Amino acid sequence: MPTAVEVRDLKAWFGKTEALHGINIAVESNHATAVIGPSGCGKSTFVRCLNRMHETIPEARAEGQVKVGGMDIYDAPAVDVRRKVGMVFQKPNPFPSMSIYDNVAAGLKLNGTSNRKTLDEAVERSLRQAALWEEVKDVLKKKSGASLSGGQQQRLCIARALAVDPEVMLMDEPASALDPISTAKIEDLIFELKQKLTIVIVTHNMQQASRVAEYTGFFLMGHLVEFDRTEKIFTNPSDKRTEDYITGRFG
Amino acid sequence: MSSKYLQFRRRVTDYFATFVAALLSAVVVGTLLAIFAYLIVKGAGSVNWAFLTHTPKPVGEIGGGMANAIVGSTLILGMGSLMGIPFGIGAGIYLAEYGRNRFGAVIRFTADVLNGVPSIVIGLVAYGLVVFTEGHFSAFAGAVALAIMMIPMVARTTEQMLLLVPQAVREAAFGLGIPQWRTTISITLATARAGILTGIMLAFARIAGETAPLMFTALGNQFWSFSANQPIAAVPLQIYTYALSPYDDWHRQAWAGALVLVALIVGTISLVRFIFARSTLREAR
Repeated sequence: MPTAVEVRDLKAWFGKTEALHGINIAVESNHATAVIGPSGCGKSTFVRCLNRMHETIPEARAEGQVKVGGMDIYDAPAVDVRRKVGMVFQKPNPFPSMSIYDNVAAGLKLNGTSNRKTLDEAVERSLRQAALWEEVKDVLKKKSGASLSGGQQQRLCIARALAVDPEVMLMDEPASALDPISTAKIEDLIFELKQKLTIVIVTHNMQQASRVAEYTGFFLMGHLVEFDRTEKIFTNPSDKRTEDYITGRFG
Repeated sequence: MSSKYLQFRRRVTDYFATFVAALLSAVVVGTLLAIFAYLIVKGAGSVNWAFLTHTPKPVGEIGGGMANAIVGSTLILGMGSLMGIPFGIGAGIYLAEYGRNRFGAVIRFTADVLNGVPSIVIGLVAYGLVVFTEGHFSAFAGAVALAIMMIPMVARTTEQMLLLVPQAVREAAFGLGIPQWRTTISITLATARAGILTGIMLAFARIAGETAPLMFTALGNQFWSFSANQPIAAVPLQIYTYALSPYDDWHRQAWAGALVLVALIVGTISLVRFIFARSTLREAR
């Protein structure tokens, strides 16, 4: 299988504090890769380095090589990178001033697409992919994105990210603010989306990692301790620290 | 302590706090209503068609109106807003989105100082900048004075309102590959627009009643004028002149002018709110 994201010696800083100490990883395309680890281990920082969102924080910077589909993202304009590598955040964050339609169309519209038909098609396609179309198709332009339920908002955010047709989708604990039913919907969605793109998902929930991801990386204090097939990580980890974490001895 | 007593005490505290809050709100609303009521009692009798359509009569003649001053005020306020609002919003955007540095702190401090400068001093500045250099009083000079007053007010409220927009909203936009300038204009500003609009309206109401900055700039006159380059009448100036005069008819007209001025301000704010509320309802909720 080809590699979608290749990371070499990635280091990240917040001011003078080094948060990632040289990460090497190859993410396989059209699969889901889970990133697990205790709070503060650098897993969010790691995924935010994969679409250059890390550097939007004041005084934060990153070093190393990240290749997405052969393109070195630290040599390309950040806005181009982020269109190729989409992101879904922990808390649903629809644009509160916009309708459902405008939320989904935002990435295209504000990057210069004004063709009505293209936008209509992209909105419907994305909402269908995010399994939200049936629930909102009658109120697309009447209801604001913020008026939906939390679970619907998160699927709206996934649709919004899908609308710009990314190759990779980063998900930073996308279900941690949602109830179990909404969580299950998001997990089903991840299965569907893998047909089209590559997913990197940060999660605190180890069952979730084992349900949705073929590969899992375990982070600890800014190091990637172990990276392997998910069932290997959860049944027969090579590293003592991974075993301690997944069996609940710390973290 | 028995739970019954505790329950009783909590209920009393609750009633008391609610009463105090209601009382204080009543004082605020009551003051406003009292001002309106007094203006209507004193002024409504003198507001008639002639007052709204005629220019002032010479001293000694009864009648005439403030039509030229109403037009003049509209003109000065319009030009002042056109100059003040864009600069104010622009400065506010800079402060909120880019100004987390030394330069931003200097601008913030300067804006606060400018906010505290007496309006008559700002009138003198506009006199020096425009009237002195051009060699004559003008509506434009008055507008410049009012714009200078408006900028720091609009800038600081715009900044505050933009800072209230959650960082998550900006992150969502960056995550879609939307450039920062686009994010600011189409998303952050749009999200904060209700608050920014309120700030603009407050600033507008504030400058609409200003008299001092117009004294050495717009100067005032007794005739029709639609030119930005000529001295022009303004309602606050006219009220000032009439209120200090020894004539009963002018006193009545001053009250009428005050009522019309307040009506103009309230009317403008209501109109803007109405248009804005409709456009929001259409796309949201």
